[in-house]
Amino acid sequence: MEAIRVCDLHKSYGDVHVLRGIELEIPRAECVILLGANGCGKSTLIRCLNGLAQPDRGVVDIDGVDIAGIRGRHLRSVRRRIGVVFQHFNLVPNVSVFQNVLYGALGGQPGGLLRTLPAIAPAELRDRAMACLDRVGLADRAGQDCRQLSGGQQQRVAIARTLLQDPDVLLADEPVASLDPRAGRAVMELLLDIVRERGMTVLCSLHQLELASEYGDRVVGMKAGRIELDAPRANVSRDVMGGLYQGVVRVDDAPVAEGPLPVTRSA
Amino acid sequence: MSSFNAPDANLAPPPRFRRPSPFAWVVGLVFLALLVQGVMVMEITPTRLAKGAVNLVDFIGRAFPPNPADLDVIAESMLETLYIALVGVTAGVILSVPFAFLAARNTTPHIAVRVVTRFVIAAMRTIPDLVWALIFVVAVGLGPLAGVLAIVMDTIGFAARFFSERIEEVHPGPSEALESTGAGRFSVIGGAIMPETLASMTATSLFSVEKALRSAVTLGLVGAGGIGVELAAAMRLFNYDEALTIIIAILICVLGFEQLSSAIRRHVI
Ligand SMILES: Nc1ncnc2c1ncn2[C@@H]1O[C@H](COP(=O)(O)OP(=O)(O)O)[C@@H](O)[C@H]1O
Ligand SMILES: [Mg+2]
Repeated sequence: MEAIRVCDLHKSYGDVHVLRGIELEIPRAECVILLGANGCGKSTLIRCLNGLAQPDRGVVDIDGVDIAGIRGRHLRSVRRRIGVVFQHFNLVPNVSVFQNVLYGALGGQPGGLLRTLPAIAPAELRDRAMACLDRVGLADRAGQDCRQLSGGQQQRVAIARTLLQDPDVLLADEPVASLDPRAGRAVMELLLDIVRERGMTVLCSLHQLELASEYGDRVVGMKAGRIELDAPRANVSRDVMGGLYQGVVRVDDAPVAEGPLPVTRSA
Repeated sequence: MSSFNAPDANLAPPPRFRRPSPFAWVVGLVFLALLVQGVMVMEITPTRLAKGAVNLVDFIGRAFPPNPADLDVIAESMLETLYIALVGVTAGVILSVPFAFLAARNTTPHIAVRVVTRFVIAAMRTIPDLVWALIFVVAVGLGPLAGVLAIVMDTIGFAARFFSERIEEVHPGPSEALESTGAGRFSVIGGAIMPETLASMTATSLFSVEKALRSAVTLGLVGAGGIGVELAAAMRLFNYDEALTIIIAILICVLGFEQLSSAIRRHVI
């Protein structure tokens, strides 16, 4: 069964029809790169996949649970199995790197926040958090404030937080867009190594063509709120990917036209 | 080049003065009418002001030198004033935290809760501390408890408002990251919002202590305990020299505390 199944997904913000009938299926343990120019709706799609945004219409099925419209405890238990890595890292300021990693366990067992405070966290959890931090190569930074770290290091801390959460599905929203190219490549490689080790299902958005042509099993291309391209990476040429950046790409520039567009698919 | 020398009619600068709008005229005239009316109704005349100045000199003459005879009583009430301020502000700041989270757009459980909470906070702020003290003197009788309760109200009105404004300014990113792990509402508040706002809340709380100390001094004037009770009594019995001692004691305590508090604030931020 598919880990992620999205059917006829629509989402608007005010007058802007951002997602215009998204269809997407991702089998377990596949790594999909979501490619598209800025403003085409990638972030919105990712936010709809873990309930940070509520879709207006359509099905969002994660491991057999339709999360469109669920709330409260039910939503939290699904979210626990979906890790998210953000473009701007989203670490909590004024607390240590170690504390930030421990936050990955917030959604786990009862006890919530208290269980993740370094002073009273169970020894087993503290050890696991350190192991995650070590996996991303930052064990020696545990006691620092995250603002003392470089961007690449901050994103590694965020990855360590997701590692401790140990989700089945990983959503990454332009995880390297705010890093310089070298740090970005290193973080991208670390992220993909980790998801392969853990056998996670991945949807990772990127807006740089160069990176998209190097990573992942499959490329899904978005343009103006629709999916325009969906094929194994090996079968997609750079020219085809480049087409995603031509013409009207932003949802707020495109007239709201109904009806499906032809999707470039190849087996 | 020639265009700098020969002024063009199209480039004439705007007029030096602009005619005020009708609205400005109306506001200005109403203000002026009320001002004149007020001065006349209150019979503010040069002779009365001159007489007041003479009386003031007489008061100062009788107040000097300050009389330190009852220093022990004064010290005791000053201490009571400090206690009123400290207990009131501590309770007030602690209660402000839930009020602030209920009132902040990004943490309130429901828009209706937000509207009601904000109204309650605004009421606590706009009703002056002396009025609160009068109300609580009726409710719990004369003495420091009424003062403490008045300060609790005043502190919530002040601190909860600033806390909630700070909470509304937090970056949504960290909260979303914690929500994404499946964390509940309280975990997000405690884990992401508190760390970001704590320094600012501490600074606001220290301001509240300074404010509370100043109100605790005056609350005694309506019988709500503390040094104000002594000051009111001394004035009423024409013991101006004792009153002066009390005023000096207040000055020293409030100034000293403001110094201490701003030192702590510099350290926190
Ligand atoms: N929270 C929001 N409120 C209003 N409009 C939004 C919001 N999020 C996204 N949008 C609209 O959706 C468009 C696409 O945004 P986004 O999904 O962030 O695209 P991408 O991630 O591909 O750059 C934006 O240009 C904006 O008009
Ligand atoms: Mg985006």
